[in-house]
Amino acid sequence: MKKFTQKMEFKPFCVLIAIILICGIISGGDFFKITIVDGHFYGRLIDILRNGSRYAILAAGMTMALGTGGTDISVGSVMAISGAIACSIVDSRILPGLGGNVFLAVLIALAAGAVCGAWNGFMIAKLKVQPMVATMILLTAGRGIAQLVADGKIVTITSDAYYSISGGYILGFPAPMFIAIGVIILFMILTRYTAFGMQVEAIGVNQQSSRLAGIKVERNLWIIYILCGITAALAGIIESAGIKGADCNNCGLMIEMDGILAVAIGGTSLAGGRFSIISSVIGALIVQTISTTIYAFGVAPELTRVAKAIIVIIVCLIQSQAFMDKLKGLFTSGKRKEVQA
Amino acid sequence: MKKKLLALTLVAALGSTLLAGCAVQPAPAAPAAAPAETSEAAPAEEPAAEPAAPAASANDKLVVGFAQIGQESGWRDGETNDIQWYAAQNTDTIDLIFADAQQKQENQIKAIRNFIEMGVDVIAFPPVVETGWEAVLTECQEAGIPVILVDRGVDESCADLYATQISSDFIWEGAQAADIVGDLLEGKGKVVELEGTVGASAANERKEGFDNEIAEKYPDIEIIASQTGDFTRALGKEVMESFLKSYDEIDAVFAHNDDMALGAIEAIKEAGKKPGVDIKIVGCDGVKGAFEAMVAGEMNGTVECNPCLAEQVFDTAAKLKAGETVDKWIVSNDGVFTQADAEAELPNRTY
Repeated sequence: MKKFTQKMEFKPFCVLIAIILICGIISGGDFFKITIVDGHFYGRLIDILRNGSRYAILAAGMTMALGTGGTDISVGSVMAISGAIACSIVDSRILPGLGGNVFLAVLIALAAGAVCGAWNGFMIAKLKVQPMVATMILLTAGRGIAQLVADGKIVTITSDAYYSISGGYILGFPAPMFIAIGVIILFMILTRYTAFGMQVEAIGVNQQSSRLAGIKVERNLWIIYILCGITAALAGIIESAGIKGADCNNCGLMIEMDGILAVAIGGTSLAGGRFSIISSVIGALIVQTISTTIYAFGVAPELTRVAKAIIVIIVCLIQSQAFMDKLKGLFTSGKRKEVQA
Repeated sequence: MKKKLLALTLVAALGSTLLAGCAVQPAPAAPAAAPAETSEAAPAEEPAAEPAAPAASANDKLVVGFAQIGQESGWRDGETNDIQWYAAQNTDTIDLIFADAQQKQENQIKAIRNFIEMGVDVIAFPPVVETGWEAVLTECQEAGIPVILVDRGVDESCADLYATQISSDFIWEGAQAADIVGDLLEGKGKVVELEGTVGASAANERKEGFDNEIAEKYPDIEIIASQTGDFTRALGKEVMESFLKSYDEIDAVFAHNDDMALGAIEAIKEAGKKPGVDIKIVGCDGVKGAFEAMVAGEMNGTVECNPCLAEQVFDTAAKLKAGETVDKWIVSNDGVFTQADAEAELPNRTY
């Protein structure tokens, strides 16, 4: 038990439970209400699981990039590209030879994500461009590419098979949740049961000495950014499936910030080094819970951003060791004064 | 070596995606392919281009310079096509000089200066931004060329510098939507509202129009919740999901644009209710997707924000040339559509 409390995952987990509990109590239990509609579970917690899945998938990829001390701010644009490609294929607007095959559409969209990731990897590992600057190229250009693919319009599709990627249910739970769990398990195996995870942390702590120690820094950076591209593409597919269409202007807009926030709330340092995929996934669920909460309590539209910011500040303060120490110090010094008096 | 090869292939791959993307984009589908009389001015490339205009003052044709913003959306393309098509239909009375500013104010200003030099009769343009037009509009006034603002407005300080503005009345659109909702619910029920981007004029005014009309004409209809969906489908869906859980009884949704309405349809389906039947849905804009949803019976109505302004623009231009006075604000002819006329109208939808 003591061991668990010292784990990196402990604090974000407590924060998540606390937020959900507080919401539940304020709403008088409404927040927890889960009913069965058309043979699947239905309720706010289910919404959090479904809508939080894309953040969780994104955060898994982002964690590794941040773990090396880098970052990938192009994920939102990559989402738009993969959504545009997948929807256009399903709609037979491009590659009509595939006959709108959903499986192939998803595969090609994921491959496009991998190509985008490889481009980032090339810039960062090969040309040694700073990660934020390197990925900024796709951040701006990516949306343009997506618009070219989608012909500047919102591609609307009617395929129920494609929609089920986001709107489908397995055993009564939303399909994206299972996709996210699959991705997380793969990433856990990769980072905890192979040398790869250790190498990522080593690169994050000190690239130069990692290289001297014989770690293939370049190769690892390539892999990480390609994985980041693929996770972003997957998130884009889920998002476009949910709205039955590719909205290139808005799909994943500013989501890179939510992704980074999820990882940061999870406790992974943006400076690189020690990271935890599970912490980031919990961080992602916190981010989603915050927005679900704001809608649930009907915060006035012009105040939603402020409300979100306040909750994020509180969460970050709880996460900050320095702040908690100060807080403790305040209480103890106060007591000491009392004793003296 | 291997790595270099890999790098090269990647660059090639990225390049080819770009090219492929370009190939997908069709040439601007203009019914006015190249009408002999419609000269194109391209201010971006050749700011000093002087086709000297088909002798503006010498002939009695109406010479209009139109500085379009560029291609930004299906809506904008619809407007461009309409202007060019209308001019092509009336080549014996209208001379259209069309410029594409590629989303840049400086290009639009250059195009307008070009029009002044050419001595056109009337200048029309949709201002890409609200501010920064004082100088060029003053030049127009000094040259004695009346200016028509199309579909967007400019800063208050320029109020005296243009002749008229032709645009939609968002308040009227909101009120029309309220009437559709009122009819559908027969004057009684609970309504939720999906607002546009906070601060956008389309959102503020549609809300104002809708809320006032409901309050005045339908005292038994209650707006129980209102939240922003940022004009996007994804957020429209997410907010609607939340509404459905907060309120057991929702009779209708009013979305400030059709995309949010389309998102709301998916959320309603997931809640096990029938969109368009159990919960009525009314949007704004009149995009093609909304008409398809209406034909499928999943949406109930939409208030158009009409991009086809050509007739009004050229009629007004003709009046201005003749020296007649026109209203400072001319409201564009927006239509109201419900399921009944959706099927007939669907083929006419261009955006």
